[in-house]
Amino acid sequence: MQPRLAVSGLSKSFTMHLRGGIHIPVLSEASFEVYPGECVALGGPSGAGKSSILKMVYGNYAADAGSIVIARKEGGPVDIAIADPRMVLSIRRSDLGYVSQFLRVVPRVAARDLVAEPLVERGAGREEALDKADALLHRLNLPERLWHLPPATFSGGEQQRVNIARGFIAGHPLLLLDEPTASLDAANRDVVISLIAEGKAAGTSFLGIFHDAPTRGRVAEREVDVTAFSPKAAA
Amino acid sequence: MSAPIDPGEAPLLSVERLTRFYGERLGCRDVSFDLYPGEVLAVVGESGSGKTTLLNCLAARMKLSSGAVRYRMRDGEMRDLAALGEAERRFLMRTDWGFVHQNPADGLRMNVSAGANVGERLMAIGERNYGEIRGSAHDWLSRVEVPTDRIDDSPRAFSGGMRQRLQIARNLVTAPRLVFMDEPTGGLDVSVQARLLDLIRALVAELRMAALVVTHDLAVARLLSHRIMVMKEGRVVEEGLTDRVLDDPQRPYTQLLVSSILQV
Repeated sequence: MQPRLAVSGLSKSFTMHLRGGIHIPVLSEASFEVYPGECVALGGPSGAGKSSILKMVYGNYAADAGSIVIARKEGGPVDIAIADPRMVLSIRRSDLGYVSQFLRVVPRVAARDLVAEPLVERGAGREEALDKADALLHRLNLPERLWHLPPATFSGGEQQRVNIARGFIAGHPLLLLDEPTASLDAANRDVVISLIAEGKAAGTSFLGIFHDAPTRGRVAEREVDVTAFSPKAAA
Repeated sequence: MSAPIDPGEAPLLSVERLTRFYGERLGCRDVSFDLYPGEVLAVVGESGSGKTTLLNCLAARMKLSSGAVRYRMRDGEMRDLAALGEAERRFLMRTDWGFVHQNPADGLRMNVSAGANVGERLMAIGERNYGEIRGSAHDWLSRVEVPTDRIDDSPRAFSGGMRQRLQIARNLVTAPRLVFMDEPTGGLDVSVQARLLDLIRALVAELRMAALVVTHDLAVARLLSHRIMVMKEGRVVEEGLTDRVLDDPQRPYTQLLVSSILQV
């Protein structure tokens, strides 16, 4: 089977030009794969570079070296590390989703419209997308009175659930999860765990960060230890 | 936010080493990029960075010192803008392009009614039926959330935010393929800004227009654009996917800009 995501020789550092050009190496030569239908957890302490990996895979951070090859549903594989912006946006629309820890709020856009947006971008009808958004928000126990409000004033857990619904709605073949259950109660955590299980059964690949060990144990088949890619270990 | 983008498509606007001097003084230098249908490109930088010079050169409002700007006409042919005749250029501006000024008074006719401001652009492309023109004006006023019972009022009687929305309606009524925007939310209250940004965002996606937005406000760039070009002293210092440039800026000047955003 072809991996859906193949990361190879991936390195990342930050150069802080406003701090006298201090150079901070974060990752060196990270390599791993994620196959269809599996959930891979990135493990390691804070600061090990887990979030940086997710952000590079999403095209949100630039990679210093290495490749991030994503197999697309249509068209050939693409290396996100060198893809031009239009290609990255195209892949985000069709193949690659991301549930971040925090919702970046768009002023004046209601929660259900925010959730429906990725599905509309994939070409679904507006009504169909809104129906599906409502179903997901219902399943995640977001009170119905909030659906028509912009999430700016929601609590952390409520925003998180909007974020999760927005990430899962489009059924992207590869979904990146950055602490998807961090600010959720037990009942909603279980909903997210079953959403991941259903996704895997349908062939979706997940790459995630789960600090909560029981959750990680319930969703992830494998763990990639990010400390193995720490620049000191490589030196 | 993203409008459908087809990676295989040909560019709508192709800019090659655009350079403009004012006598000895540099306006902007060696700016090259392609802009595609449905794509929003933000040009950011401080005052004096050359972004407005670039905008005026692109929109054929100013002559280039060197370099070329090519535009894909409706028949599919790429034409060098400098080689267009005056009549052809004016036709482009009236039909295919929009230009949203920072100050609405620069883009509106302040001594005719709101409805006439919108209808005028339609008449310029040959629409003659009064009822249809008024119908379109009515429709566009409601799309930009200007109360339609104000259709016969002068824009002088409008608030700043309402004037800016009217200017947008005037520009978009002809379904342009390319819109230039110069600080479209500058000078407005933040609450009015958010509403306007949301409106622009929705219209650009819905109509699949290409847009070039000049702004010094990185939050505006983040909300509206797919790609960013950062300019300093007349040159492009960094460019790329909007969230990549803002979340992982590489160049010293971009890092300075991003770190200077006030947090609320």
